[in-house]
Amino acid sequence: MAAKVRIATTSLAGCFGCHMSFLDLDERLVKLAEVVEFDRSPITDIEHASNCDIGLIEGGVCNSENVHVLREFRKNCKTLVAVGACAINGGLPALRNFIPLEECLAESYLDGIGVENPQIPSDIELPLLLDKVRPIHEVVKIDYFLPGCPPSADVFWKFLTDLLEGREPSLPYELVHYD
Amino acid sequence: MSKTLTIDGKAIPFEEGQTIMEAATAAGVYIPHLCHHPEYTPHGSCKLCNVNVNGRVCSACTFPAAEGQNVINNSKELNDDRQKITQMLFVEGNHLCPGCEKSGNCQLQAVAYHLNMLDNHFPHFYAKRVVDASHPEVLIDHNRCIFCTLCVRASQQTDGKDVFAISGRGINKRLIANAPSGLLKDTDLAATDAAAHICPTGAILIKRTGYQVPIGERIYDHHDIDEVSLKVEKV
Amino acid sequence: MKEIIDNLSKKYDHRPTYLLQILRAIQVEFHFVPQGAIEQLAGLLHIPRTQIIAVVEFYSFLHLTPRGRYDILVSDSITDHMLGKNALMQYFSDRLTVNVGDVRHDALVSLDNTSCTGLCDQGPAALVNGYALTRLDKAKIDVIKGLVDQQKSLTEWPAELFHVDDNIHKPGLLLNLQTGLGTALKSVFDRGIPETLAEIDKSGLRGRGGAGFKTATKWKFCSEEIETERYVVCNADEGEPGTFKDRVLLNSYAHLVFEGMTLCAAIIGASQGFLYLRGEYLFLYDKLQKILLERRQAGLLGNNILGKNFSFDIEIHLGAGAYICGEESALIESLEGKPGIPRNRPPYPVTQGYLGKPTVVNNVETFLAAAAIALNGGDWFAKVGTEKSKGTKILSISGDCAKPGIYEYPFGTSIQDILTDCVATDVLGVQVGGPSGTFISNNEFGRKLAFEDLATGGSFIVFNNTRNILDIVKNFTHFFAHESCGFCTPCRVGTSLLQKQLDKITDGHGSAGDVVELEELCQIIKKQSHCGLGQTAANPVLTTLERYPELYQSQLKKISYEPGFDLDAALGTARRMANRNDKAAHLAQIGEDHE
Repeated sequence: MAAKVRIATTSLAGCFGCHMSFLDLDERLVKLAEVVEFDRSPITDIEHASNCDIGLIEGGVCNSENVHVLREFRKNCKTLVAVGACAINGGLPALRNFIPLEECLAESYLDGIGVENPQIPSDIELPLLLDKVRPIHEVVKIDYFLPGCPPSADVFWKFLTDLLEGREPSLPYELVHYD
Repeated sequence: MSKTLTIDGKAIPFEEGQTIMEAATAAGVYIPHLCHHPEYTPHGSCKLCNVNVNGRVCSACTFPAAEGQNVINNSKELNDDRQKITQMLFVEGNHLCPGCEKSGNCQLQAVAYHLNMLDNHFPHFYAKRVVDASHPEVLIDHNRCIFCTLCVRASQQTDGKDVFAISGRGINKRLIANAPSGLLKDTDLAATDAAAHICPTGAILIKRTGYQVPIGERIYDHHDIDEVSLKVEKV
Repeated sequence: MKEIIDNLSKKYDHRPTYLLQILRAIQVEFHFVPQGAIEQLAGLLHIPRTQIIAVVEFYSFLHLTPRGRYDILVSDSITDHMLGKNALMQYFSDRLTVNVGDVRHDALVSLDNTSCTGLCDQGPAALVNGYALTRLDKAKIDVIKGLVDQQKSLTEWPAELFHVDDNIHKPGLLLNLQTGLGTALKSVFDRGIPETLAEIDKSGLRGRGGAGFKTATKWKFCSEEIETERYVVCNADEGEPGTFKDRVLLNSYAHLVFEGMTLCAAIIGASQGFLYLRGEYLFLYDKLQKILLERRQAGLLGNNILGKNFSFDIEIHLGAGAYICGEESALIESLEGKPGIPRNRPPYPVTQGYLGKPTVVNNVETFLAAAAIALNGGDWFAKVGTEKSKGTKILSISGDCAKPGIYEYPFGTSIQDILTDCVATDVLGVQVGGPSGTFISNNEFGRKLAFEDLATGGSFIVFNNTRNILDIVKNFTHFFAHESCGFCTPCRVGTSLLQKQLDKITDGHGSAGDVVELEELCQIIKKQSHCGLGQTAANPVLTTLERYPELYQSQLKKISYEPGFDLDAALGTARRMANRNDKAAHLAQIGEDHE
């Protein structure tokens, strides 16, 4: 039996909605599991990605940890895929790009309504925020894009089966949507 | 006898005075476009309708049809450039479809779907643009304006008003409203005006009408804009 | 204010076509265009206020917020940079205690950049309240600081600050011409109008602005239009960086230029002409008005010219800082008092130009040449030059040469001969035709000045081997992004993206695919843009990429991808607010083992 295709997935500045949509593959997941296995993913709890064939990234890049995780994926995945609106263009988290980060942090931790003991969290364990939320293709090279908020299970299915069966992945009109 | 030109090898009849776009639409050939609308003076700014006429790039919406023209429209080369031009519009403004009530009925989005655009390719500008919600019935979200001037033209040519204009230069272009305050509420725009309904994107919206059509039943959910556009615009 | 606006509007007969001229006057008076003025003017001219705002926001010299009483704009042309512009700008900023782009708190002075002012042969240059300052150095800036502090009116400033030289180093067929007032025009009537058009046709004269359309053909088309209200427009919006020959022609040959316009009017049947003078040449305005007056007094303008039942007059319209207005249909829009946005073509100006009427638009040099041809005949002109490019071309030469200035050459002259004449040594390359033209390397100096080889509107910038090509390309690319009118998507967005992509590479953030990406972007802008600006905006990149591909490649890191922005700097605000500086509070620009 041929080795299974290894897939890693993660959510950066995302809502896990794309992962939920992936799970909407329902019974097709069983079929998929015959040919793929999961590496680092919320599904497996594996902490770091090792050599993988496919990396699926949900969410944009909003902080330093996102950058590290994204780089780990790029380094370990032969094919890296931007999954969903946030990975592709920053999505709704990018709404904060129109407000200076200084104001965002001040509002949240210093002078916003209901703030007690105002202070900016400062701990070496906490990732620092980037001044803007970025699409992932502005930080690493991305091989494929699956639009949608979220991309439907059919999108995942079409894309993965194309890839697994050696076809150049393509999405028909019905499967391309940005919402 | 009517004259003919060819588009992608197909003979297309036309009448003197028609543009290539008009001849194509009448013959059931879709040429992608955003700033063009058959009821208004052609503008020629979005450049999605650029076609190759006898070896020269011309905007189909403004270029006069002429006997014997050999027009290339639906080529990979042109569609690749059209996709890039659409991507330019997406990164110039802030087009966050999941949070836009025009989603599914938006022509910018539909053209992008038509061109199988899967990402925005270019770095985003994330330009700071404002929302003018001052008018009781109509909303302007400048994040979504693509400067097609359809609202400008509709206000002048249908409504007999002059509510909108495009100001600024280059990448600093902006839509402005005709009032001393610059606010929509102080203009003479009425929610029934053509200008309030013509926007191809979600930049000008009628308030309290969003999300009335469920996903799956919106204009472009199952119908490509090439089909929808011809149905609406073919006379 | 109300009275001032009333009088201005009255002066221009409340005609909206004079909007730009009126707004220029308002800007001079108030140092900006106040909202009250916009409201009042909208009423007086019967135009929507939005049209006025659109005009103010389009032109660089008009403002919706106040500039200083002394508004200083430093020329940002590559030639100014080569003469030490950056250091001088810093000195200006320090001495006047104002940041670049800002107005000083006391509102006395403001400082900013402006596109090439057409003084490349005597830079670094600047404008103060629109008037040209030449050959700036620290000593002159000290003087200017003193004058500003004392709030001296510009009329009290030493004339030496504003001195502009012609620098004609090599006159030829046209620049050597000695003519009496009106002699060219008289020869038109003596020979006959159709016969004169035939002479111009025979001369082979092609438009000198760069596009090279045959002049006689354009005039003939216009004269054959059914509509009899026709216009002559002289394009003196010489905005191509490195070009300044029109400045010299209007300073020293204006009579002949106006004569060329007048005989064009006689040929095409026009009774009104316009000289569209770029705002940067404000210092020529009074002088040109005086010359027009002299011509009226001599019976060469006005009614019944030379007793021939021919009436024609010329008005001068000033631009206000917009390169795009050099494009003929944008220029016509500007003449009509609108933002300078190029029109869709067809219709061409010869059929529907100014106010929708048939209009001939030609370059200053073209009218000068036409007058000379009317005087001396077509053969006199045609015997000079090459088969396809007749006559001579007047060049504006600047950059790394001992004798920058004006040179007139027969078409067909080699680049090497020109470089020898202007005493240029150790040459790296030449930008022929300005940023929208071609960069040629020192392997190509055998090439010739001609429409069929190196076409040029007249800009000729020499670079020696100490210059960095990418700095040059960057300056030009930023220029186009700044000057794009924004009408069409590929140019509006594309030129800004091109600027970003080029900066990414030159700032050292480029990686494997970035040059390919750069070139693809160039091709789309070139192919898909609406007008000549967009279609040539990528030329600086394309012409140097073709010649020096290794130069671009050498900027790239040998990695597959690098962000186009500074990742660590993007953490700066959070780092400062969280008061952190530990290792985890920083990001490397590229992943550690990214290779």
